[in-house]
Amino acid sequence: MHRRLALAAAAALCGTLVLSACSSDGGSGDSAKAASGPVKLTFWSWAPNMDKVAEIWNKAHPDIQVSVLKQAGGDDLVTKTITAAKAGNAPDLLQAEYQALPTLVSNDVLADIAKQAGSAKSQFADGVWKQVTLGSDAVYAIPEDTAPLAFYYRQDLFEQYGLKVPTTWDEFAAAARTLKQKAPEKSLTTFSANDPGLFAGLAQQAGAKWWTTSGESWKVAIDDPATKKVADFWSGLVKDGSVDNQPMYTPAWSKALNDGTQIGWVSAVWAPGVLTSSAPDTKGKWAMAPLPQWESGASVTGSWGGSATGVTTGAVKSGHAEAAAKFATWLNTDPEALAGLVQQVNVYPAATSAQTGSLLSAAPEFFANQPDFYARAAEIAKGTAPAAWGPNVNVAYSAFKDAFGKAAQDKGDFGPALSTMQQSTVEDLKKNGFQVG
Amino acid sequence: MASPPPAARARRRRGSLAPYGFLGPATVLFTLFFALPIGFAVYLSLRAVKVKGLGLGSHARTEVWAGLSNYTSALADPELLSGSGRVLLYGALLVPTMLGAALFFALLLDVPRVRFGAFSRLVIFLPYAVPGIVASTLWGFLYLPQVSPGYYLLTQAGMSGPDLLHGNGLYLAMANIAVWGGTGFNMIVIYTSLRALPAELYEAARLDGCSELQIALRIKIPLVAPSLVLTFFFSMIATLQVFAEPMTIKPLTNSMSSTWSPLMKVYRDAFVQGNIYSAAATSVVIAAATLLLSFGFLKLVNKRANGGS
Repeated sequence: MHRRLALAAAAALCGTLVLSACSSDGGSGDSAKAASGPVKLTFWSWAPNMDKVAEIWNKAHPDIQVSVLKQAGGDDLVTKTITAAKAGNAPDLLQAEYQALPTLVSNDVLADIAKQAGSAKSQFADGVWKQVTLGSDAVYAIPEDTAPLAFYYRQDLFEQYGLKVPTTWDEFAAAARTLKQKAPEKSLTTFSANDPGLFAGLAQQAGAKWWTTSGESWKVAIDDPATKKVADFWSGLVKDGSVDNQPMYTPAWSKALNDGTQIGWVSAVWAPGVLTSSAPDTKGKWAMAPLPQWESGASVTGSWGGSATGVTTGAVKSGHAEAAAKFATWLNTDPEALAGLVQQVNVYPAATSAQTGSLLSAAPEFFANQPDFYARAAEIAKGTAPAAWGPNVNVAYSAFKDAFGKAAQDKGDFGPALSTMQQSTVEDLKKNGFQVG
Repeated sequence: MASPPPAARARRRRGSLAPYGFLGPATVLFTLFFALPIGFAVYLSLRAVKVKGLGLGSHARTEVWAGLSNYTSALADPELLSGSGRVLLYGALLVPTMLGAALFFALLLDVPRVRFGAFSRLVIFLPYAVPGIVASTLWGFLYLPQVSPGYYLLTQAGMSGPDLLHGNGLYLAMANIAVWGGTGFNMIVIYTSLRALPAELYEAARLDGCSELQIALRIKIPLVAPSLVLTFFFSMIATLQVFAEPMTIKPLTNSMSSTWSPLMKVYRDAFVQGNIYSAAATSVVIAAATLLLSFGFLKLVNKRANGGS
């Protein structure tokens, strides 16, 4: 079996070699014609239909032609990009999730485009812009989409079981327990150990700042009181079975959403897309509410995902930085491009003008019962707590999956899992020679 | 007179070059695609990255000589050892079951009066043609009680199914996928060597009053022992390298860690945590252990064979 896998890998490798041979041919021809022909840029993105948006740009800008190379998203894309950059094969433009930016900057993949694109700052919320500057004067990417957290729930079933939409986490816990009493086979939601991004967002909401710098050293505070509070809250619910502990994005989970076994979901603004494909039978039965709060009356939320468009150091070396920065700025601020992003790529754009403008006036089809969906989303997005990412988010995330997976399965305390996550992250930083304060 | 005529000398020289010509392509391929990558992996395993300051500026990372530190941390990581333990347990379930089933089917198919032999052979072999990732996706679906038709039937019958995605059930679940996929291949290997045995042996045995069962137990099994050794050897190596199946099952359950098998740890180090140096060191350790086990096994078998004869 492994032999076959190895053969397949070898075949794929051969394919890549042939492909890269082709593309490097194209590259050399390109630089030869640089004086006369158009600048050709490559753009790595995992978003579907991104090529259609690039097509709009290509029609209007015959001198700068962008070709989108679709990538599979996931943990290994960051590593793939770093490896490609080391080998000198990095694309000119790159879609990257916010939490990956420090890792990419630290590996010399992303270039500082403050000179070319710094003026775009006014188009974005401060908290979002901070994520692409990493708190410095540099600008490493232009925000593309944001993903503020919200609470999604089955309107019909909430009514049936007499549940009130929770505004605080205490009410959330009470609702989970009430539901278990009335319908033991149903769950308000699940705590999934497969999704560190959601946990990070919930910790953000509680005020956690996992990575901070002081002088030349990093400080890691994954086990700070705010995160502990979040971990304890969920471990309490999982321990007594008030919420489910199965991982998300499995066939079983989709079925639970579709047949109403799971009647709520803490998710981000992109949830309608997932629900459309995972729970098609529940169309028009869901509603979005602000994320429950730690203090009643507050309106703070975190993020789960979101991404930005960066220009690589490779583009700087080949003299394409100017053109690439122009495209990245256009893609994320130009009204026509934003319309493409919203309608074709189905993202929630980071540009504030697009969030409140006419582009998002209609609710997603799946949420036709909530016509002001995007107006509410914009309201929720205003309260997005700042994120604090560091250079080894990947290590922290993989430690989360293993440690919390075990704890959730055993219905044990999440405290030790959180300590493991903190320890692994600090150890990794130290091993790589970072100063950790 | 002592020296041969010039023509003959030239012929001899040409003749002595020929073997190198034949060896050439294989040597080049071996060097390019085997020796060099391994050499590079060993080189990487002795390197590490060092970061200056916050590591955010340009050229903040430099590759440095790390000596054996990657090896010491790889060997000191308890996950490597417990991963190996898990894989050994998995292998202890898998290999005897798979080879037992393969031998059983091969013997059945070799019985003279068997019907639909070619068809049965194909059906048993077919799962081998299904890629491991596809097989695992399929089985994963069947293991999830909420969506599995098997569990549905069990609940309809008033029974509850086993929990295959958690705790010790996971070993059964993983071994089952491999048994399903691998039995056919091993059966073909054993069956082929059964067919190669001379029919006179059976005739003689039958004349002496042997039943088919006795022929199978006393003649066939001892004579196909070499192919049993071969299939065991292959299965052992495949077990040590198990990767695609657990990776596919992993997202379905909280109970499978990202370091469930040693190769998964290599993958995590290299592609999730971005540390190719530590991954290279772990790979070298795994390769060495596999080599040691394989040769140890072959040596043991040879000693037995020589001692017996």
